[in-house]
Amino acid sequence: MQLAVWTYEGPPHVGAMRVATAMEKLHYVLHAPQGDTYADLLFTMIERRGKRPPVTYTTFEARDLGKDTAQIFQDAAREAVARFKPQAIIVGASCTAELIQDDPAGLSEAMGLPCPVIPLELPSYQRKENWGAAETFYQIVRTLADKSVVRAPRGGRAARANILGPTALGFRHRDDLVEIRKILALLGVEVNLVAPLGATPEDITRIGNADFNIVLYPEIADEAARWLEKTFDQPAVRTIPIGVGATRSFIADVAELAGADPTPALGDTSSRMPWWSRSVDSTYLTSKRVFIFGDATHAVAAARIAREELGFEVCGLGCYSREFAREVRAEAARCGVEPLITDDHLAVEDAIAAAAPELVLGTQMERHIAKRLGIPCAVISAPVHVQDFPARHSPQMGFEGANVIFDTWVHPLVMGLEEHLLTMFREDFEFSDEAGASHHAAHSPRKAAPAPTPRELETVGAVQAEPLAEVPVTDAEPVQTLWTEEAERELKKIPFFVRGKARRNTEAYATSEGLAQISLETLYDAKAHYAR
Amino acid sequence: MSVADILDGCAAELARDDRPAATPARPVLRERGQREVFCGLTGIIWLHRKMQDAFFLVVGSRTCAHLLQSAAGVMIFAEPRFATAIMEERDLAGMVDAQDELDRVVNRLLERRPDIRTLFLVGSCPSEVIKLDLAKAAQRLGAVHMPRVRILNYSGSGIETTFTQGEDACLSALVPVMPALPADAPKELLIVGSLPDIVEDQFLRLFAEMGIAKVGCLPARNARDLPSVGPGTRYLLAQPFLGETAMALEGRGAQRIEALFPFGVNGTSDWLRAAAEAFGIDRALAEQVIAPGRARAARALANLRPQLEGKRITFLPDSQLEVPLARFLQDELGMELVEVGTPYLHRAHLARELDRFGPNVRVSEGQHLDRQLDRVRADRPDITVCGLGLANPLEGEGLTTKWAIELVFSPIHGFDQAADLAELFARPLRRRDMLEI
Repeated sequence: MQLAVWTYEGPPHVGAMRVATAMEKLHYVLHAPQGDTYADLLFTMIERRGKRPPVTYTTFEARDLGKDTAQIFQDAAREAVARFKPQAIIVGASCTAELIQDDPAGLSEAMGLPCPVIPLELPSYQRKENWGAAETFYQIVRTLADKSVVRAPRGGRAARANILGPTALGFRHRDDLVEIRKILALLGVEVNLVAPLGATPEDITRIGNADFNIVLYPEIADEAARWLEKTFDQPAVRTIPIGVGATRSFIADVAELAGADPTPALGDTSSRMPWWSRSVDSTYLTSKRVFIFGDATHAVAAARIAREELGFEVCGLGCYSREFAREVRAEAARCGVEPLITDDHLAVEDAIAAAAPELVLGTQMERHIAKRLGIPCAVISAPVHVQDFPARHSPQMGFEGANVIFDTWVHPLVMGLEEHLLTMFREDFEFSDEAGASHHAAHSPRKAAPAPTPRELETVGAVQAEPLAEVPVTDAEPVQTLWTEEAERELKKIPFFVRGKARRNTEAYATSEGLAQISLETLYDAKAHYAR
Repeated sequence: MSVADILDGCAAELARDDRPAATPARPVLRERGQREVFCGLTGIIWLHRKMQDAFFLVVGSRTCAHLLQSAAGVMIFAEPRFATAIMEERDLAGMVDAQDELDRVVNRLLERRPDIRTLFLVGSCPSEVIKLDLAKAAQRLGAVHMPRVRILNYSGSGIETTFTQGEDACLSALVPVMPALPADAPKELLIVGSLPDIVEDQFLRLFAEMGIAKVGCLPARNARDLPSVGPGTRYLLAQPFLGETAMALEGRGAQRIEALFPFGVNGTSDWLRAAAEAFGIDRALAEQVIAPGRARAARALANLRPQLEGKRITFLPDSQLEVPLARFLQDELGMELVEVGTPYLHRAHLARELDRFGPNVRVSEGQHLDRQLDRVRADRPDITVCGLGLANPLEGEGLTTKWAIELVFSPIHGFDQAADLAELFARPLRRRDMLEI
């Protein structure tokens, strides 16, 4: 047994859901107990999808065990096919159903459903989310790819590529895809298929029609790409275009396979990152110590950008996925650090504390570790929370991705000029260590004394041009309304983020009612008064 | 509920409740099929905030850990008092091994966290399916760690419990270890169901003003500080999802005070009055204590009534709070109930609530998700109360929703929260009208 509060990856059937949700006209029938539907809200809330994931859960209960769970599975599968009319379904078991040993593959085969059925074997007690996604995508491709659909000799026609790997709940997959399509257009390469994101089972049948594959996210697409290499003799581009240098290599690799001229794509002038990085304000970035952790693909790419494009010193590098640890080990050797391959967040926390970096690049989890340690941080990899599925275009890949990365990583740091000023005015109260750096003040723990009372503020105000931003500015009259001890105690039970408002409202109410004292009753009278 | 009560397979029909009841039976649509609900493990999220000396160790799979982290959101990082012992392949190989592993994990945990005084071993679907005996483990480990740590167990598995039933299972595990109230002791009041501290304090103040001297709360803020129970105990349910706990309390001689649940003006008044009556409090005194809060709540609700009056609402099953909340919205805000779905309908505890429903209200128990969504689409209510897995997809179809989980996490009981509760329903409607894009 492994003691865990946080897991970097979900169980493998969540990986299968990511593939199913990414695709169109595919349905997933998941043999699972009540409660496993929690995973739906990852898609509807974190990724903010406006549609339910195409998953039917069998929802068996304790009283069904040992009796009719197999029947429940078959009923659910039959109903799902009749209702959603998918072009194909995938069937499998979640961790609990794996234990009761119904056989979704055999059960659905026996039903003679009117669409292809793709059975999944996802060992929940050994494997995790990314593996589940890779295996699911591989099984879909293997089952559906029509081996008679193969590419014609090139002749004069444009080269055709499959883009493999983008899924639902992928970190910036949506926008990365836009950038990759842009590059392919500049190279005159046609897109035969993007999968799984947006593909239907019917689309998958003609996957053999491409000249080569582009593996964007090896964690998800590598397995399938290797099979395609063997079956359709399609070579694959495995360069990950994250960072300026990597994007240039990617363009060169694609151009070579496509027999195209890379110059127009390489000459893309949207790349501001190299100049930004050379501008003098970036000089202070030199040899900043950075700790990097995430999935292998993003961690390795980040390490290269850090070293070669921003001039950081990588003081720690690791990933949570054992499957791709080899690449991380190689990159760690280049950085001269010990690789950290672990899915134990406590080990990552210890390593960060020991390395004492000036910047942490990681997942949602490292963000919280960094917050606790008071270190600036930027997010480079899943798992991520809702704010990292932004409304605006924010790719990681391609030249625009490099621009985004420059901004994202540098913002949490104190900018060069600012750092200079901070040092110069170190003794100034506003720039004291306790005040924290302005760009991450909201994220770092505040060591300062409790916020000054309005009266203290007045005295401070005498020597200070502007009031401190953190202190709420009240325009209420300085009438002294007295809070009874009981009411004051009650006020403290109100969550801190609305307490200030409650205090102001109550005081305003007391003033309007001409009350000299605020009692418990007044507090609640005011609450009722302001109820909308 | 017995298996026979459930309609077989997925064949839905309007079934007449044939159980003997005091009131004329109301037709209840019982359905079975896919359920879009949380499992009982989710109860840990609020229970660990309430019982500050307790730790919850789920014995389960990676899925359980993933669920907790998805449900707990950012809370997971503030030295949480819950964790998952994730079973791995080698734990499934043999039972002896799994028990040894559990001992190792628990010992390590208790070493790291000397502040823990009560440890709950929480069963999950995987641990139940392989029949890992957590009761035995709790006993064995308890013998080692008592008196410093008391170790209890309950099941929060999806195959056994739905969402708030996790609290029911947890509280009923506490009942046997509550100190005994002597048979000849004077009557004592027990409030059952976890409430936010601020709400609990309001109720305690009101009972004190009425002169009910000894009032206990289950759960107590410290799990080691449990109130006594015995034949003198009269208990009031603050939450509608506590069937098992009520049975366990009755088993120890306690008697339930029949009342509406304390939502809104009527519910709260009835709840307080019922207690006053059970303790022989002078009626005039009780009314005097109730009056200020009652008037305040009525005033606050009056502001919100125009926004909600006449609006049609459907509840999808989630927490068992649906029935009393629907009663409140109907009686006090003039909303029209279209369908009130609940994961489980405790007919005795909810009898008085159900009596107040209009004749055309469709009450459903259990769920067949796709069919229920078909009904929502046909009914097109003004607002649909549902889980987060459904809320955005329904909004995507142009239906206004209120996500249900917030109703479990927010202070909504009592007079002074009545308007907050109404506001939770008014806000999505107001927002719908405000947005011009």
